[in-house]
Amino acid sequence: MSETTIQGQQVATVLHGHDDHHGHDHHHEESFISKYVFSMDHKMIAKQFLITGMIWAIIGGLFSVLFRIQLGYPDATFPILEDIFGKWAQGGKISPDFYYALVTMHGTILVFFVLTAGLSGTFANFLIPLQIGARDMASPMLNMLSYWFFFGASIVMFASLFVQTGPASGGWTIYPPLSALGQASEGSKIGMDLWLVSMALFIVSSLLGGLNYISTILNMRTKGMSMTRLPLTIWAIFFTAVLGVLSFPVLLSGAILLLFDRNLGTSFYLSDIVVKGEILPNEGGSAILFQHLFWFLGHPEVYIILLPAMGMVSEVLSINSRKPIFGYMAMVVSLFAIATLAFLVWAHHMFVTGLNPFLGAFFVLLTLLIAIPSAIKVFNWLTTLWKGNLRFTPAMLFAVGFVSLFISGGLTGIFLGNSTLDIHLHDTYFVVAHFHIVMGVASFFGMFAGVYHWFPKMYGRYMNNTLAYIHFWVTLAGAYLIFWPMHYQGFAGMPRRYYDFSNWESFKHFGDLNQFISTVSMIVFAAQLLMVFNFFYSIFKGRKVTSENPWGANTLEWTTPVNPGHGNWPGDIPEVHRWAYDYGKDGKDFIAQTEPVGEHESKH
Amino acid sequence: MSGYFILAILVLAFIVIFQIAKASEYVSVLKGEEQTFQQNNRINAFLFLVFLVLGLAGAYWCNELFYDRTLLGTPAASEHGEKIDFMMWITLAITGLVFLLTQILLFWFAYKYQYTEKRQAFYYPHNNKLEFLWTAVPAIFLSVLVGFGLYYWFGMTKDAPKDAQIVEITGKQFNWMVRYPGKDGVLGRKNYRLTDASNGNALGVDWEDASSHDDIEATEMHLVVGKTVKLVINAQDVIHDVGLPHFRMKMDAVPGIPTTIWFTPKYTTEEMKKITGNKDFVYEISCDQMCGSGHYSMKGIIVVETQDEYNRWLAEKKPQYLTVKEAAAPAAPAADTTARPIAQAIN
Repeated sequence: MSETTIQGQQVATVLHGHDDHHGHDHHHEESFISKYVFSMDHKMIAKQFLITGMIWAIIGGLFSVLFRIQLGYPDATFPILEDIFGKWAQGGKISPDFYYALVTMHGTILVFFVLTAGLSGTFANFLIPLQIGARDMASPMLNMLSYWFFFGASIVMFASLFVQTGPASGGWTIYPPLSALGQASEGSKIGMDLWLVSMALFIVSSLLGGLNYISTILNMRTKGMSMTRLPLTIWAIFFTAVLGVLSFPVLLSGAILLLFDRNLGTSFYLSDIVVKGEILPNEGGSAILFQHLFWFLGHPEVYIILLPAMGMVSEVLSINSRKPIFGYMAMVVSLFAIATLAFLVWAHHMFVTGLNPFLGAFFVLLTLLIAIPSAIKVFNWLTTLWKGNLRFTPAMLFAVGFVSLFISGGLTGIFLGNSTLDIHLHDTYFVVAHFHIVMGVASFFGMFAGVYHWFPKMYGRYMNNTLAYIHFWVTLAGAYLIFWPMHYQGFAGMPRRYYDFSNWESFKHFGDLNQFISTVSMIVFAAQLLMVFNFFYSIFKGRKVTSENPWGANTLEWTTPVNPGHGNWPGDIPEVHRWAYDYGKDGKDFIAQTEPVGEHESKH
Repeated sequence: MSGYFILAILVLAFIVIFQIAKASEYVSVLKGEEQTFQQNNRINAFLFLVFLVLGLAGAYWCNELFYDRTLLGTPAASEHGEKIDFMMWITLAITGLVFLLTQILLFWFAYKYQYTEKRQAFYYPHNNKLEFLWTAVPAIFLSVLVGFGLYYWFGMTKDAPKDAQIVEITGKQFNWMVRYPGKDGVLGRKNYRLTDASNGNALGVDWEDASSHDDIEATEMHLVVGKTVKLVINAQDVIHDVGLPHFRMKMDAVPGIPTTIWFTPKYTTEEMKKITGNKDFVYEISCDQMCGSGHYSMKGIIVVETQDEYNRWLAEKKPQYLTVKEAAAPAAPAADTTARPIAQAIN
């Protein structure tokens, strides 16, 4: 451990040296550019990720409202839509091309730009140095680049929304040949190239970030901060980073091969194709190969999104129950198990592609195995609440909501992971309900818990509680009202990604339900705007935080000043003497990690 | 205009909510933070209990409303489908139980252990017996599910019985094409480079292969009730998916890689009309893999009928090869149509 201390102090000296060099007259005066734009302070980079993610979340959420308008009111026309979107909504009705573009971009934006960058980018950056006791990331420079590559990816993706033929529209999974052939779909023209370029930039960003997170967690922990004393947030972020580093490059290779197929005449994914009467020369490729490459990232991606949320929820639940997290080691081991299994289950997305059934059997087994660590986590969370003394801060509400949603969405995974049932349920609304609840809404709940909990650390102010409560209850109720009935649509075999069901004898009898779901989704979207407003308003006008440790928490970030500067601690980095979860021990409300173990203290 | 009106109302509602929220913050400062915290805590804890009760009631009500519209209450129209339905009920029972148990515990704990000054939280960091309990019990239940699942999975994905009828279905943007092997029971060879829809060869059949000469092409799929059918599934342009919700079957159609499924229809279309009480009932093939802007309209029809009805339907059909040759007849001598098979037979 002595090495890490030295490293920490070295960083301190470097930072102080920097001050000495520049700062006799203008102490800590940074230019606007270096403080807010090309900042190398992990806290500022975290805020940049968060705010960019929020902007994307509004765009992605708005897209879902738009396509829900089509699904809920397939016969109505809204002239206002034509005013805004022109040819994409001629006569006030969303066109099929527009609908599919909206669906595709909604998925892409929320999965990658919001829940990957906005969630794990934000909290990995913000929490790692603060909670392990480091001045900054291992490489602040790479960290800054990580954000700016993400920004670049955002610009390219945003630009793709405005090209004449529209953005990518083959679903967020961009399966070729549809995504490879411009003739097959408007969205497979220039929009698809931009999608791929944007994702390539995004992957670079994610790798720079991930490598940084891993090396920081492994090498820069403060004195006494052994791995087994790390808060669960850090463990979760650590496994997330490992998942990202190992799986994103595979998507990059898949995307590059697709770019080749699109532009250079190769046949990695193409074979025996006649499109719109045109006979293509490509032979020998396999469309299924892409799906393997895609899901080798795509499945870990689900956990890249979910694990940080789990970590933050564990932390928030424990703090606000005033109790240690139950089964710390079991929580770490189950995170590890989930992260490992995440690599071994990708083909469960492909049970009905003609996959070898024998191979499929292994994927069934490994997929259902994930239910075991998931069950451990759920029961441990429940036991953490048991006999606690629960404080319902907004963060705590979202943490409890997360557990509820994780249960609901996790259980439906047991249906879909079982190939026999997947034959029937695959690509129906049951799938839509499943993944929206378990990785969409649940991860959002984790993210909200994180934002409400660490907002005081980020900005030295509180968010408005009343707005937060409204936000929570509308979102929780709304999430269930939207996605619970979708399971029934799934049981009716209703396929996802349909623009209109009115021509189908088998599926047309859900018109009233679709209308209901669409209405609720608009209300829920409005509630999210309320949260965004609360966020920005509170940055400037929120109630000020007066104590260093407003939640009575044990972790190191609450030993920094209310508004920590670059370097986090004004003096030496504190030393750690215990794990992060001594709440309610020996009659004490909480014992910070920095407090030495007392002589008569009971052992746990 | 109404759009802008709704927008204005929304903005107004926003402002009102925000003003209330701001006012409540001032009130909390006046009342004292501790007291406000306790009051809010009580409200939220109570709301969790309300949410649990309303949620469970809502789930029950939702089931009342929608159960009959799903396929859960409609018998599966194939033998595979019956197994899938059985499996579904086992899974529903197990997960339903876990769902009730954990959700009730979660919200009940949230209510019961809400903050009071009187209670000190119970320091309870771990218990290996409990951890073992909730590792082992889920493992046992999952073994049951995996066991059932794989048993049925292998049963359904093994090779089709030898006497199964073979029908080929090909997807293209945005419709389905069906081909029957004709009397010889063999589908003629295909080569995608021969595809020529304007000359009656939309499927790219290689007429050089004699077994193609009695192949019958159709837009609707007719199947015989009680007779096992093996579908050979193709796609021409992008990936499609043959979705058969009533048979509970599904398989992707991938360009360049033919796939197969097999099943045995149990009820004729007429019987299903009675079973579902819907006089317009038809077996529909839905495309279940995103395939472009017309994805939602890519519908096929399956008619399940008795052997007699099927035979009558088939008798009306003419092999595609003959149709093509007749169309080409003015240009080429009619003898050509008969000469080919003979030539093939000699080879």
